[in-house]
Amino acid sequence: MAELGALSLPLAFFLPLLTALAAFLLGARQAPWLAGIGALATVAAVADAVRRVAAHGPQAYHLGGWAPPLGVELYADGLAALMLAMTAAVALAVTAYAGAYLHGQGQAAERFWPLWLVQWAALNGTFLSADLFNLYVMLELVTLTAVPLVAMAGDRASLGAAMRYLLLALIASLAYLLGVALLYGGTGTLHLREVGELAGAGGPTAVAAALVTAGLLLKAAIFPLHAWLAPAHSSAPAPASAALSALVAQAGVYLVLRLWLWAFPALLSPVVGWGLGGLGAASVLYGSLQALRQSRLKPVIAYSTVAQLGYPLLLLPLAAVPAAASQAWQGAAYFIVAHGLAKAGAFLAAGNVYYSLGHDRLAGLRGLAPELSASVLALGLAWVSLMGLPPTAGFLAKWQLLSGALAGGQWPWAVVVVLGGLLAAGYGFRVLATAHAAAPPGGPVGRPARRLPWRMAATPLLLALAVYLLGVSAVPALRLLGQGAPEALG
Amino acid sequence: MTQAGLYTLAASALAGIGVYGLLARRHLLRRILAVNLLGNAVFLLLVAFARRQPGYVDPVPHAMVLTGIVVAVSATAFALALARRYYAETGLDHLPEDEG
Repeated sequence: MAELGALSLPLAFFLPLLTALAAFLLGARQAPWLAGIGALATVAAVADAVRRVAAHGPQAYHLGGWAPPLGVELYADGLAALMLAMTAAVALAVTAYAGAYLHGQGQAAERFWPLWLVQWAALNGTFLSADLFNLYVMLELVTLTAVPLVAMAGDRASLGAAMRYLLLALIASLAYLLGVALLYGGTGTLHLREVGELAGAGGPTAVAAALVTAGLLLKAAIFPLHAWLAPAHSSAPAPASAALSALVAQAGVYLVLRLWLWAFPALLSPVVGWGLGGLGAASVLYGSLQALRQSRLKPVIAYSTVAQLGYPLLLLPLAAVPAAASQAWQGAAYFIVAHGLAKAGAFLAAGNVYYSLGHDRLAGLRGLAPELSASVLALGLAWVSLMGLPPTAGFLAKWQLLSGALAGGQWPWAVVVVLGGLLAAGYGFRVLATAHAAAPPGGPVGRPARRLPWRMAATPLLLALAVYLLGVSAVPALRLLGQGAPEALG
Repeated sequence: MTQAGLYTLAASALAGIGVYGLLARRHLLRRILAVNLLGNAVFLLLVAFARRQPGYVDPVPHAMVLTGIVVAVSATAFALALARRYYAETGLDHLPEDEG
């Protein structure tokens, strides 16, 4: 298994990590090209890994030639490859955008680079880990890079949001680790698939699964464990907000699906499935209603993240229904990809508004300066996918979830999908209508708009375009997803 | 009582103190300490699991605890630094929603 061929798996983890080290030692001032080169190399490694998975099925790599349980195994199946690819696309956009956004903001802003690159490495590590303890280490690495990004502004609001996020995330990690300890005590293994084969559906496994799931639901900000997300994600600088919402929070949702479908399928009874699906549905409705009530742009987008993170959980009640499983599985996985790209685009576009106007109050967005037309367009295009309208990836994902729910005879989930889309249209049009309204008499209030560098104007548009590309051509991504999928879902 | 049983009991007691500290105390320093106690409870439980069969010590939980300690030290150092900065900026030693 550990042939040289799958070397792109460790490279996808180590390249951003080494770039982060170099960026920390050299400082971004000496080497502004460093992050770009590291990002391009990482994208190349990810592309090779994805190509291999698509052509030859799941890939594994044993670090240092040591087989588990002593060694660390990296493992990529179709789902992991899809997540790596989505992360690479968002990460490339964030890297390109941040170079321009942070330019001229002083030395403190340069700390963004090592943090962000370690975060990328840890995210790739999360998707590539095949063992529960490595996942714990990766989750902690993601947390310990996400919290300083939230705190970067250094003011009262962002420090408070970061402190709250850190305490909750540490408790969540410990709940996860306690669950993993119990699973190891019960089965004597940490490997994801072996746990699935050995754990069974007994009481101790149920307790362990509950602890692990509670920890991950907190990291994924699923209702009622969502309260930390909106202040944290809206305090961070725009490129970090995009990474946190599109990647970090979604990694939590990804792990909930990964663990329930691979490690605890025996426990996934209709009651448990409906319980988890119900939490997802509550997130969709609660997050959307909160998004409607916000008076600033970034909190609107942050609450929409709470809402959108709920949809993938709707797969869990449908996964055990043979008529629904396959479509719901494709829908949930595609949803994570669509939401990642669209949400990163939306947050970067909001960052342009903030950069240009110096604020993001909805009331002050009337008659936006012409320099911002590209950003408003990107925001609108991304929102079409968040609402789930064709021809976007968001539409295909919701369509598959909807068809799965109806084919499985579980219409309540279909109602949630439709209602969530309508609410997203509500909070989306509230923003877009204000942005397109005529300027108030006497011209726009506040300081004159600051000119946007072209890189910052272009990146959100490119992300939005990617969502349409995936909406028009879904076959390669869905075929990739089929590699190594559990039999019930293939 | 076996050694593993004793460790498990001690781990439960530590976890209880940690959870109590998290729920009943608002001071950031005490909360960070409570998180640490909770973490040590999990580590102790893992050490107990390593000792379950007489005459054999399972090395895997020990490796996990060593890694876990490294993670916990970094997380605690960062939490303390953040709490200091928060105090310097706001003059508060607890989060605003815990007021009163």
